Amino acid sequence: MKYDVVIIGGGPAGLAAAISVKKQGIDNILIIERDDKLGGILNQCIHNGFGLHTFKEELTGPEYAQRYVDKVLELDIPYILNSMVVDISADKKVTYVSKQDGLNTIEAKAVILAMGCRERPRGALNIPGYRPAGIYSAGTAQRLMNIEGYKVGHEVVILGSGDIGLIMARRMTLEGAKVKCVAELMPYSGGLKRNIVQCLNDYNIPLLLSHTVVDIKGKNRVESITLAKVDENRKPIPGTEKEYKCDTLLLSVGLLPENELSKLADVQLSRVTSGPLVNDNFETNIEGIFACGNVLHVHDLVDYVSSEAELAGYYAAKYILDKKEHHKYLNIDVKDGVRYTVPSKIDVDNMEDRIVVRFRVDNEYRNKSIAVLKNDEELKVIKKRVLAPGEMEQIFLNKNELHDAKTLTICLKEAQ
Amino acid sequence: MKYDVIVVGGGVIGCAILRELSKYNLKIALLEKEEDVCSGTSKANSAIIHAGYDAENGTLKARFNVEGCKLTKQLAKDLDFTYINNGSFVVCFDETDMPGLENLYERGIKNGVEGLEIISGEKARELEPNLSKNVYAALYAKSAGIVCPFEMTIAFGENAIANGAEIFLNTKVEKIIKNDEGYLINDKYQTRCIVNAAGLYGDFIHNLVCEEKIELSARKGDYCLFDKEVGSLVKHTIFQLPNKFGKGVLVAPTAHGNMLIGPSATDILDKEATATTQKDLNMIIEKSRLSVECIPMNKVITSFSGLRARPSGNDFIIKEAADNFFDAVGIESPGLSSAPAIGVYLSEMIANKLNARKKDNFINTRKGINKLNKMDKETRAKLIKENPLYGNIICRCEEISEGEIVDAIHRPIPATSLDAIKRRVRAGMGRCQGGFCSPKVMEIIARELNKPLQEVTKNNSASLLVYGRLGEEE
Repeated sequence: MKYDVVIIGGGPAGLAAAISVKKQGIDNILIIERDDKLGGILNQCIHNGFGLHTFKEELTGPEYAQRYVDKVLELDIPYILNSMVVDISADKKVTYVSKQDGLNTIEAKAVILAMGCRERPRGALNIPGYRPAGIYSAGTAQRLMNIEGYKVGHEVVILGSGDIGLIMARRMTLEGAKVKCVAELMPYSGGLKRNIVQCLNDYNIPLLLSHTVVDIKGKNRVESITLAKVDENRKPIPGTEKEYKCDTLLLSVGLLPENELSKLADVQLSRVTSGPLVNDNFETNIEGIFACGNVLHVHDLVDYVSSEAELAGYYAAKYILDKKEHHKYLNIDVKDGVRYTVPSKIDVDNMEDRIVVRFRVDNEYRNKSIAVLKNDEELKVIKKRVLAPGEMEQIFLNKNELHDAKTLTICLKEAQ
Repeated sequence: MKYDVIVVGGGVIGCAILRELSKYNLKIALLEKEEDVCSGTSKANSAIIHAGYDAENGTLKARFNVEGCKLTKQLAKDLDFTYINNGSFVVCFDETDMPGLENLYERGIKNGVEGLEIISGEKARELEPNLSKNVYAALYAKSAGIVCPFEMTIAFGENAIANGAEIFLNTKVEKIIKNDEGYLINDKYQTRCIVNAAGLYGDFIHNLVCEEKIELSARKGDYCLFDKEVGSLVKHTIFQLPNKFGKGVLVAPTAHGNMLIGPSATDILDKEATATTQKDLNMIIEKSRLSVECIPMNKVITSFSGLRARPSGNDFIIKEAADNFFDAVGIESPGLSSAPAIGVYLSEMIANKLNARKKDNFINTRKGINKLNKMDKETRAKLIKENPLYGNIICRCEEISEGEIVDAIHRPIPATSLDAIKRRVRAGMGRCQGGFCSPKVMEIIARELNKPLQEVTKNNSASLLVYGRLGEEE
């Protein structure tokens, strides 16, 4: 089978991208989803707070997803479920496995990578101790509770203050569990400020910054967790250990864009985000392979996933309708607190009149400015009261500002 | 229930012995205290088939290791378990270490190891480019290999079952009474003969029967396992020559394409204390970097520890310790490598004692669970057509299908826990460590065994994963 656009993943990114492709007049599309329904991880995010930017209302995860699913159905966009893509080649042959189709290879003119991300497991932190039942990544616990409907634990310690960990602190409390604390290795939280307030503070759950797990006890099920303070090099400080009796340890210690497939297609990845390096069209180094959503870089809000995916879909359609060759790129360099940008390079000659550049900072900052330097001179400066790694930042660039740019740098500087 | 031979302990030693015994006209069984075989020392070790130069000449260790190393090659084919003859290096870092390396070479030759060679550091780096520039020379052992210890143990057990043996899981031996017909175990299992392959608890079983008491201690080894992405950092198993700074650690590929470093060696009192410690993990990381400088710690997917049973002497204890009571205990390294040869040796000894004859209808081969991601496209497509469950991928990291998991649950030794599934088909063994697939695997186990989800465990019955449905009393 041959398709114009194949979209890998039917979560928020894949759905928004597909709708956008279709709206450009391309019908020969296929969304490939591994789960038994569309919507991706939103299906297990039953809390509210989604869609404030997109729909100007507060939706739950499943409600937010349903708006896009409805649109996909209304536009009659083809999709297959329970189908796991196992290979993508650089010439855009996509191989998937499913009960109904067996092992099937299809061809695409363009591929949109929208596989999302996964959670870092305990092993990645090399936490010493036993390996009993009762240690879950926050998302796994969320699935067991919200999809399967089971009690995951009674007394809980959470390591990592990523958003899912914070959400699960509240969720488990509401289901009668005692969440003893949330420990965070860094001196600041990795999650959204609003989640700290609404999920921890409102329920008197202590957030222990600069703390980590140094021991796990329990041969069969978790019996206790030992936390210790860490120094500025994130090494545990001897003598600060404190043991917490609990039966559950949840880990919310970071999300990793899931790019095993991208690698098979020789897509180049960023060492900072672990996602593909893309240009202002969300196109990777492989012509006709686009990326959006959490597979590209981990987002703070799904609203931004949707808007980004919409653009990726638009450009994938444009790629098929009127192929433009990209010859000359302007790299976006980062320094002084800015970790990366998406996109990481711009084709100024062919760019839209105005584009959005998203990024994250590497620490908590107060009263700083985001500066855009063109040819080492300030092009624009945006004052920010607070900047935090848990929140994604964005700036807009206009084509008419960039035509004479030799270098472009985004950085932080002291606010005037 | 009456048997000719009962093997106590379902580790690789017990299962290897059971399989060899099943070649004879004997009624045999194995008793295992855990919910699965391969649940103790056999599940957490270096997974190496040593060449056999390490043990002192004339010891049981030397003999069974060299024999076992040869046997494993053929057994892997007959019984369908993963084995790779990757070869090993013992590296040293200084000219002054050469006598030690030569000593090891001489010992190997005396032990009957074939394909041994001392090579220069340059030559070693030619064969193994990521080896440290500080490696001065290496003892290259071409016969060494790597194996999947889970598959190997389970293959022995399943083949024994196919040949009439029985395996009783969740059956802890607590009482043995000598009587006219032999021994009565737990007031239930009557047998003429007992094989004690109880691993760390071999002393407990031995002491239930024998006048002369023995004691086994536990030595813990911590390991780190790395993502397959860096699985080919080394192709050979890289040992370090023990020197004044200690025993050294290994860096090795695993039979499934990961990379492994370890072990530490810490004597502990509690035989259940399989907790890793920061100290030991730090030690193995530091030492492994002597062999391979670029050990990528950001690619660790899990760390674990295993306990080895240390006898008070320096050799395995393999003998008839009381009338018709046979010990196969104190099996520390190279136990895995020696298992096949220990099986042959003990089963012959027992068959002689019991006057048993070999069966003429022994089934010599066993087919493992289908590994779909290792098959060519056509075979895979054909199998999915025959059984669509092979098309439903449950573990994305290792690309394991529902069909393979269902197979594992219904094998002769049934996998009934998350860990048992993981050992057989590797669902949950990959880079996300079960984050994605464990709820799904739990569901499949519950469905196939027709029990509520809250009764599905990680391993034994106390390792509860969930506590019942939300909003319901427990």
